[in-house]
Amino acid sequence: MGFLTPEIIQTALEVGLIYALIALSLFISFSILNICDLSTDGCYTLGCAVGAVCTIAGHPVLGIFAAMLAGACSGFVTAFLQTVLGVPSILAGIIVNTGLYTINLMVMGFSSNLSIFGTDTVFSLMGALSSSPFWTAWNRLLLLLLIVAVICVLLHLFLRTRLGLSIRATGDSLPMVRASSINPAFTITVGLCISNSLTGLAGSLIAQYNKMSDINLGTGMVTIALASLIIGETLFGRGKMFVRIIGVVAGAVLYRFIMAVALRLNVPTEAFKLVSAIIVAAAIAAPAAKNMIRFRMKVSAARKRRRAEEKGGSGSC
Amino acid sequence: MLKITEISKTFNPGTINEKRALCKVSLTMQDGDFATIVGSNGAGKSTLFNAIAGTFVTDEGSIILDGKDITFEKEHRRSRMIGRLFQDPLMGTAPHMSIEENLSVAYLRASTEKSSLFGKIAQDFTGITAKERKVFREKLALLDMGLEDRMENPVGLLSGGQRQALTLLMATIVTPRLLLLDEHTAALDPATADKVLDLTKKVVQEKNITCLMITHNMKQALELGNRTLMMDSGRIVLDMQGEERKHTSVEDLLNLFAKNAGAALDNDRILLSSERAV
Repeated sequence: MGFLTPEIIQTALEVGLIYALIALSLFISFSILNICDLSTDGCYTLGCAVGAVCTIAGHPVLGIFAAMLAGACSGFVTAFLQTVLGVPSILAGIIVNTGLYTINLMVMGFSSNLSIFGTDTVFSLMGALSSSPFWTAWNRLLLLLLIVAVICVLLHLFLRTRLGLSIRATGDSLPMVRASSINPAFTITVGLCISNSLTGLAGSLIAQYNKMSDINLGTGMVTIALASLIIGETLFGRGKMFVRIIGVVAGAVLYRFIMAVALRLNVPTEAFKLVSAIIVAAAIAAPAAKNMIRFRMKVSAARKRRRAEEKGGSGSC
Repeated sequence: MLKITEISKTFNPGTINEKRALCKVSLTMQDGDFATIVGSNGAGKSTLFNAIAGTFVTDEGSIILDGKDITFEKEHRRSRMIGRLFQDPLMGTAPHMSIEENLSVAYLRASTEKSSLFGKIAQDFTGITAKERKVFREKLALLDMGLEDRMENPVGLLSGGQRQALTLLMATIVTPRLLLLDEHTAALDPATADKVLDLTKKVVQEKNITCLMITHNMKQALELGNRTLMMDSGRIVLDMQGEERKHTSVEDLLNLFAKNAGAALDNDRILLSSERAV
């Protein structure tokens, strides 16, 4: 395939894996808890800012955990607004998203972008482990694969615990949760904290990956993550939990591939938002379109059969 | 023992839609009492259940269950002691989760408030154990619906009757102090309704659960349990048990019912005619 060079495939995989974490975050809030959490954009930038600041200070690994904690705090505020203060969930996300803009500027010392120069990142630390050409080329992808795999396994195990089951039940049947002596406010809070910590993690990874943080980096992220999530759920269905989780990751990577193809087709970068919007719309519409085509085929087959019967019938008369 | 003292609830107070749903209702249920409740639509039966279960806090009065004042307890905390079934069989279960996962969530009520914080956290992070799975299997087998072999199937695939039977199991898998049945067989076909009702009788008797059941079936109202209550306009207007109940026929009850419902109808008629006059 000369069309997609290995470098392009590698970059798509790497960025796709980072985006997979945001898609997993939305998987928890949107698919499992059935809550529309729109604070993703701000939370992603928050993770990015915290990750960058820590890395510049010389603590790249700490930056990852600090960014997760920051994301969890942001999720806690979103959850607090909707569970205790009665703010509708969509509004709670938007409010937090707006507030985070200033918080993110504060984290970045009131500058709209930061560059990571001269200090180690988790990727450079990983790269320094060996000097073989294979390692130099693939260490970033391997590290990201490892992180995403660990997160997937942990998430899968967590969703099987009682707390995980309670969180799933909260999004599935609220009366049943109340009847089982579970406080839905608690499960929503835990769910959103975990969900947003994954967004924060993705932010800190992209900051160290690109060696920079920008205040507008997160704009439109929720659409991209939602696209990945829906591509995953369309392709992998809504069956077993682990398959669904893998599907979300695959969806995110696939999304990056589609964008990479778009890039190779010389779609101007200004048009990227439109391309992502079209991908999202197509992914959401795919099941309905499939059904429609199946229905049409059934109808035409039935018509054909009927016509054939009529002909046969008139012949016998 | 359930002791309700003069609870009242008014919806939308001070507005044109003001509705006095409960008027100083008092009710005492001894341990193991099984009372059926009849009454026309809007009589306050479901509102009474909502008040007991904690969907809202009453305006006045107190609710004491087993010596514990639960008047101001949150709904999810009351549900440790109170099991509830709704008319809609889809309400009590999570459709996208498997049968055993549903049961496991219901089984959370088994953790008492006495267990330590550490114990609670440890429990939160364990999955369904083999021992629990065995318990679930045995209990499901008692329903005699073959559900014990479908424990990994999502509940959404079950029929309404199967789901209601499962909800009954979930509500009673940890024996509640009080069971509230809100016309829980009304949406089922006659054969399934009978089956779910039989299961209900069996489990209530076996575990000696104090139980309140709303029904529109006068025969059921007299045959099931040991007490019959009738509600009208937010009040308990009839409370029969023992000999009095034994000697009441379905017709008697229907007459009483018609008398109360008739009064309501008359009110409506007066209202309508006065409107016409204006």
